[in-house]
Amino acid sequence: MIQVFTFYLFATLLIASGAFTIFSRNPVHSVLWLILAFFNAAGLMVLVGAEFIAMLLVIVYVGAVAVLFLFVVMMLDIDFAELRAGFMKNVPLGILLAIIFVCELIFGIGAYRAGKIELADAPVNPAREGASNIEAVGELLYTKYIFLFETAGIILLVAMVGAIVLTNRKRAGVRPQKVADQVARRPEDATRNMQPEVGKGVEL
Amino acid sequence: MIGIEHYIVVSSILFVMGVLGIFLNRKNVIIILMAIELILLAVNINLVAFSAFLGDMVGQVFAMFVLTVAAGEAAIGLAILVIYFRGRGTIAVDDINRMKG
Repeated sequence: MIQVFTFYLFATLLIASGAFTIFSRNPVHSVLWLILAFFNAAGLMVLVGAEFIAMLLVIVYVGAVAVLFLFVVMMLDIDFAELRAGFMKNVPLGILLAIIFVCELIFGIGAYRAGKIELADAPVNPAREGASNIEAVGELLYTKYIFLFETAGIILLVAMVGAIVLTNRKRAGVRPQKVADQVARRPEDATRNMQPEVGKGVEL
Repeated sequence: MIGIEHYIVVSSILFVMGVLGIFLNRKNVIIILMAIELILLAVNINLVAFSAFLGDMVGQVFAMFVLTVAAGEAAIGLAILVIYFRGRGTIAVDDINRMKG
């Protein structure tokens, strides 16, 4: 009984916060509603026993992506009222398309209820008996899907380098430290041994 | 009892909400990026729900990959947004026609 109650609580909050995310006037509020949506989605995932993905969702989304969004929203000085101008114009078409999408999806779910298409006889990769969720995920991730896992790592690396390269800019008029030049400098280039005669100065 | 249909309904509504967000906030790139995150979240819920109800762990593994791509996409998208704002002083999507594509 508690599961049913918890499911409906999380599902209602998830859909409500998703709606507030897209309808909110202030983008900062949108980001905060998005965080709430991710928390509730994590709750839904915990409910079916996928605690690893749920915790990953909280760490990655709430901890990193949402904070990134908040940074960008607060850093940019934007007139958001102007950006809302076309909102009402798009409402009828948007709602119409949304209704069509929902009807199609509900139709598909109804068809699934009537009897699903048999794709495979047995699960391809069932969890090992007695293994916890994170153990089961890890056993798959580090054996069968190791190349996909490493590709995911490469994707993250490329995204990181790309974000840094895109936002890094050379500013004119400032003289930053040139670390490479400093490291490459050798004593021979910088110093000279001289033996000046008595009474004569040093030519620089 | 909560079955897989409940989860699919929730994730479909969330997915459609993301699509609706893209349609309604056609000028505000930040909200569009957030709507894309909502769509990917709906996909993740679907993957995890099917994985749990069918007893197959692959769904959760792939949900992790979707999460990875979503994080990278958010980072790159926001970086592009920042440099675009630096050059133009606005983030209105309608004005993004500089490349005449």
